Amino acid sequence: MSVDSIFVHKIWNDNELSKMVKGGVPFPMLSDAGGKIGSVYGIYDADAGVETRGRFIIDPDGIVQGYEVLTPPVGRNVSESLRQVQAFQHVRASKGTEATPSGWRPGKKTLKPGPDLVGRVWEVWKTSEAFD
Amino acid sequence: MPEDFKPGCARPSGTGPAESSPAESAGHTTPQEVKRNMIMVGKKAPDFTASAYHQGKFINVRLSEYLGKWVLLCFYPGDFTFV
Repeated sequence: MSVDSIFVHKIWNDNELSKMVKGGVPFPMLSDAGGKIGSVYGIYDADAGVETRGRFIIDPDGIVQGYEVLTPPVGRNVSESLRQVQAFQHVRASKGTEATPSGWRPGKKTLKPGPDLVGRVWEVWKTSEAFD
Repeated sequence: MPEDFKPGCARPSGTGPAESSPAESAGHTTPQEVKRNMIMVGKKAPDFTASAYHQGKFINVRLSEYLGKWVLLCFYPGDFTFV
């Protein structure tokens, strides 16, 4: 989503992005004229007249589970966004009985919070597991 | 799901946020009112409708149509920018 019109979205996708991504952008490119939606989400820069790089993870109940906002010159890490979605999906599937420690990826160990784990995380999880 | 539409000469923009912010309706704001309008993790994502371009068609997208799915909502500064 940006403040550009859907006409500009079309030309950007058809003339440039489709040369980078086969078949073009696979998801809807939304238009937010005047930054009205971006203002509600707290990421519209009224002085510059553009949206900043806000990224929101919204779960199937419409609840915001996480967000990240960057200034324009630095791009996002898509893999990290997907990792977070996978982690939230895992926690949701466990109905909240599992939590994913720092650096968790699918297949890595999760933690089961409860009285027995208090003060004993050091026995079951090492800081080296936080890194790829 | 969204249906495509044929735009006229006016620049289509959807209808924006579903509810006006407290700031707009109250005329003046207190710090509490501003705080209430901010995004919080664990709270509902504000609903909105926006026009969109998707796979050769112009459509209207309403966030609440995606209930039941995971959504990544990404804002960016502008088309034809470099990053």
